[in-house]
Amino acid sequence: MSGYIELSYLDLALAALLLIINAGLTLLLGLRLEGRMLLAALRMTVQLLLVGLVLQTLFSLVSLWLTALVALIMALFAGREILARQEHRLAGWWGYGIGSSTMLAAGMMVTMLALNGPLQSEPWYDPRYAIPLFGMILGNAMTGISLGLDSLTSLARQERAGIEAQLILGRSRWQAMRPIARRAVRTGFTPMLNSMAAAGVVFLPGMMTGQILAGAPPEQAVKYQILLLFLIAGATGFGTLTAIMGSVWRLTDSRHRLRLDRLQAPAARDASAA
Amino acid sequence: MLQVDDLHRPGLGPISLQIDEGECLGLTGPSGAGRTLLLRAIVDLDPNQGRVIAAARERAGVPAPEWRRLVAYLPAEPGWWADRVGDHMPDREVARELLRGLGFVDPELVLSWPVAQLSSGERQRLGLARGLLAKARVLLLDEPTSALDPENCALVEELLRARPAAGASVLLVSHDAAQVARLARRSLRLEQGQLVAVS
Repeated sequence: MSGYIELSYLDLALAALLLIINAGLTLLLGLRLEGRMLLAALRMTVQLLLVGLVLQTLFSLVSLWLTALVALIMALFAGREILARQEHRLAGWWGYGIGSSTMLAAGMMVTMLALNGPLQSEPWYDPRYAIPLFGMILGNAMTGISLGLDSLTSLARQERAGIEAQLILGRSRWQAMRPIARRAVRTGFTPMLNSMAAAGVVFLPGMMTGQILAGAPPEQAVKYQILLLFLIAGATGFGTLTAIMGSVWRLTDSRHRLRLDRLQAPAARDASAA
Repeated sequence: MLQVDDLHRPGLGPISLQIDEGECLGLTGPSGAGRTLLLRAIVDLDPNQGRVIAAARERAGVPAPEWRRLVAYLPAEPGWWADRVGDHMPDREVARELLRGLGFVDPELVLSWPVAQLSSGERQRLGLARGLLAKARVLLLDEPTSALDPENCALVEELLRARPAAGASVLLVSHDAAQVARLARRSLRLEQGQLVAVS
């Protein structure tokens, strides 16, 4: 992968002008988004520059423990993100624990599989492969899990009468929760299915574009992209399914009751955060 | 037979009562007194403590799904989980018969109705039919005729009268004192989570 065009900070500043023009437009139109736009852009720039420094060091050291540490930090941030995207989450540590642990387990498993199977990087934990791969897999699993869990907990509240009607008739908690669990899984899978359906036709996936810009032959970039989409689908699938089954288990109990009291009210959450 | 000993949960009890085989016991009281909480506690839909025995089996030793087939709870506003009425009826043969008894002229057509288009009275009668299908030994009825006109109310009462006659134990929650007098020989009153009077 040689022969890519190097960027200077001046190039970035020129591109940033686009955003500043946009911010100016929202200011003119009174949309009150300019503050948030500039803050988000600033945050993104600082985050990425810092990550660049971290990666540069990480890549030169090739240490298993440092790589694992960085992966863990990424997973902790993603876990917070899952929690923040749920309107009605499980109370206590469960809200954080189920989403984070299933995401981490699915992401780790699939990343290890890829590193030891198709990629054969040397050593297998070479951060140049491990970290970007883990990041992409983690990000997609995070989206699937957070959408799925948000859907499950809202549906459990909405469909309480229908769920309890089934329990009353002597169905088990798994049977009674199946209709809403199925809808939640479908919601969690949708972005992954959509991105596979539209890849190459509607848009060129980001990683493939990046590789092509960096000088890789399109045929190789495409193979990488297909591999990545399979890995993402696998991790999102495992993560979403296990997170939803775990939450169904926690939202019910061994006497086959629906336990909405184990959800935290959004109002109480705001109060505790303040 | 249904026997409840020292049943309690926050806002309710301790409650002890007994209903013999073939008996219908009325339960009255102001709204908010905990009547629905009591029925839900007996079928174990909410966490609660206490001993409950139905048909000579103790609740603690029976898996919850099996317990709820033994002790059927029919809520005032039945819930639905599928699109069509028929999807909620496990035994369509028996369902057709019950629906005829509840005043539906064409049961087959009723089974194909979308749940979303039912009136509240239809929902209530269909919910009763669904709950009565399994012929449970104990029936817990929560305001079974609250959304019904007098004509349908009479049909439901006739259907309910047949259950104790067939040996079931029935606990009937109703705000209608006349209905309780018609269906139950004995009744209790619940106030602020406690049983207060026996008549």
